Order: sequence, then structure tokens, then C-alpha cells
Amino acid sequence: MNNNHEKNKIIISGLSFFYGAKQALRNINLDIKENEVTALIGPSGCGKTTFLRCLNRMHDLYPESRYEGEIVLDGKNILEKDIDLIKLRSKVGMVFQKPTPFPMSVFDNIAFGLKLNGIKNRAELSARVEKALRDSALWDEIKDRLNESALSLSGGQQQRLCIARAVAVEPEVILMDEPCSALDPMATAKIEDLMTDLKKSYTVVIVTHNMQQAARVSEYTDFFMMGETLEFDRTQKIFTAPSNKMTENYITGRFG
Amino acid sequence: MTREAFHKALTDVENDLMQMASLVSVALNDAMAALAKRDVAASQRVVRNDIHINRKRFAIEEKCIQLIATQQPMAVDLRILTAIINIITDLERIGDHAEGIAKISISIGDAPLVKPLIDLPVMAAKGDSMLKRCMAAFIERDAETARSICNEDDEVDALYDAIYNELVLMMVDDPKIIKDATYLIWAAHNLERTADRVTNIAERVVYMVTGKMEEMNVSKY
Repeated sequence: MNNNHEKNKIIISGLSFFYGAKQALRNINLDIKENEVTALIGPSGCGKTTFLRCLNRMHDLYPESRYEGEIVLDGKNILEKDIDLIKLRSKVGMVFQKPTPFPMSVFDNIAFGLKLNGIKNRAELSARVEKALRDSALWDEIKDRLNESALSLSGGQQQRLCIARAVAVEPEVILMDEPCSALDPMATAKIEDLMTDLKKSYTVVIVTHNMQQAARVSEYTDFFMMGETLEFDRTQKIFTAPSNKMTENYITGRFG
Repeated sequence: MTREAFHKALTDVENDLMQMASLVSVALNDAMAALAKRDVAASQRVVRNDIHINRKRFAIEEKCIQLIATQQPMAVDLRILTAIINIITDLERIGDHAEGIAKISISIGDAPLVKPLIDLPVMAAKGDSMLKRCMAAFIERDAETARSICNEDDEVDALYDAIYNELVLMMVDDPKIIKDATYLIWAAHNLERTADRVTNIAERVVYMVTGKMEEMNVSKY
């Protein structure tokens, strides 16, 4: 709960986002706290994922996307033109809804990003792979299977492998887009436990449709609605006594 | 993702709560009527019927726990359920106060009352009225009314003081009535506590509506 750790990692001000002519986000103002889990909730199509993808400029992969406003990460506006997107994305890692292991060995899945970052030394690679697997609570389960195909892992293991791949390059922020929606309850519980560990070293932002999950894993919750943030507060407050009637109606299932 | 089945179940529990409040109100009025009429058989009925209130309380609590376990209620739904769990505890205790008055009536037996009942029925009517309006405030989600009910507890406390002082003076005057006069002080005490319980319920209504825990009126007793 309140640990008085209130440093802002990312300060978003006046953020709007457009897919061509279509405006998907409207004037978002939000502070993401360092070393905390911030959950983004809201009905389908409300802009949660669009917002998440702004935080590491994933939209730049598609033409005609346009940002307005500022996303200030550690004092630097990442929406500026001269930003090195490769660097940004190694600093702000991402885990997707469905596990996306590469069709290669467990080891190579993690070593891939490290090699891209210029790490060639075999011993260092091994050490970094092991650390990433330990950090993502996967090492004990698959330490004897590092040379097997990542595709042979279970869904939950594959997702933790993707988390390992994200943390291997030592990012500062991890974005998770519904990381558990394709997983069974046991695998989900493991990822949720993992988030509690991860936030000690990383700032985590998670999009989830599962409100109980948001309630369980996050310290802050932002409720999105039609491209706007309607209410942002401590998770405990949002789920016991939200200030906004729309938030209350949504999380209690009175609309949606 | 609307949750109609859950919200219907929640309404059912609220209806159960209102029924329980009615049982408690009836018990309180019956206990006072039996005391006034010196009707020991009627007092015994109040004592016997308390079990229905207790059973209702457990049934409601069980439903609340089931809904929490199976539906993971949040926000106002969670506040409604926790409010109900707290309110049934106070209602059950008010039922015990009614039972207490009935037992006093049975203990007095055939003996005449040491004084005509004047302030005690006023206290009882006040407590009952507070209870009924408080339960209406629950249904209406009316925090303002709930808050104002808490202030009425002072009137009940003042009546208790008056009854207590009057009976103590009578006992000083005539020690032979100490036993029977003490019975009436106990009855008054039960009514004083009843009003306190209602203020607890009112606090829960305010929490349910506003999400804020407030201590509203600290009784002098």
C-alpha cells in the first residue's frame, strides 16, 4: 500500500494521439510512479492499449500516426523527433497479450536482445540469461531446457519467457498489455506474483480487462473511457470508493 | 459486462436486511407493550421469537460471504455488502435489547410497576423511529438523513438521564422499591443502548453512500 515512494517516472501531459484523422486519445494527463504497478482499465476500445503503446512509441511502426503533448520519461520528452527509438524501447520494454516467443531456443530468445545490444561474450550472455530467467521466476522450471525450442514451453512459461526477454536488456519500465489473458489461473497467479517482484526493480504499467487483477497487482489505477482518463487514483481508493460515478458503474458492472 | 444476476442477488440481500429490521422493530414494540400491560405471556413470546432474528442474521451473513467469495464485489457493491454485515450485527443486538426488556418484564412478574411508564415509551418510540428512518436512509442511499439521525441520540440520552435520576430519587425515598426500580433502570438502559446501535447503523449507511468512515455521535454512555 502506501509506501511513500512517490517519485514520478513518467509524466504525461496533454497527450493526444491520432490514427490518421481519427483521434484515439484526448488530452491525457497522468503521472506514472517509479517502482509501482500502474493499471489501466476501461471498456474495450477506450484507448488503454493505444495509450500503452505511446509510452515506447510503438505507433511509429505505422504510418500516419500522430502524437500531441508530452511524455516525459526521466526528464526527457520521448515524443521529440530526435529520440533514438531503439534506445527508448530497450529502456521501456513491452510484453504482449499472447506470448510471442521467437522460434528458437529458450536461451537464444533471451540472448537475442542482448546480442542486438552488443553483448557478444558467451559467459556474460549466459549470466545475463540466467539472471533474466531468475527475475521472471522461470529459472528453476526450465534451467535444464535452455536449448529446447521456446515453443515447447507451456503458455504460462512462454509468457514468463517473454517477460525474461524484456527484462534481460535491463529496461526501466515494463509495459504489459493484458499479459495474462491467454493464461490459465495458475499461470496467471505466477505472473501476478512476478509483478510484485518486478516492481522492486522496474516501473510497471499494465493494461488489463480483469479488474480483480488490477485490484490485486497495482498501486495506482487509471480508468479510461473513450480516449480520456476519467479517474486516476490509488487502486485501493478506485476499488472501494471511486470518486467518479462512471468509474463506479464500470467496475461494479452497471455498464460495459 | 453488466452483472444483472449479481445485482439481483444483492437486492435480495437488501430485502432480507429490511425484513430483519422489521423483526427487530416488532420485537422492540412488543416488548414495550408487554411491559406496559404487565403481560408475562407476551413477554415470553418476545424472548422465544428472538431466535428468528438471530437466524435471520446468520442467513444474511452467509449470503453476503457467498457473494463476496463468488462475485468479487467492488466499490459501492463492496460497501453495500460490508455495510450489511455490520448492520446485521447491530440489529441482532437491538433484538437482544428487546429480549432484555421482555426478560425484565418476566422478572417483575405480577408485581405492579413502581411508577407509571411515561418516559420509557417515549424513549422506545424514539429509538424505533430512528431505526426505521435509518433503514429507509439505507434503501434511499441517503447519507444526510443518516447523519441527522445520529444527532437524535442525545435526546435519548437525556431521557435516560431523566428516568435514571427520577428512579434513584424514588429509591432513596423508599428503599423497599430498590429491586423493582432497578428493573426499570435496566429497561431504560436497554433502550439507551438501542439508540446507540442505531447510530452505528447510521455510520454504516454514511460509509456505504460516501465511502468515508465517520464517527458521528459519540454517546455519553
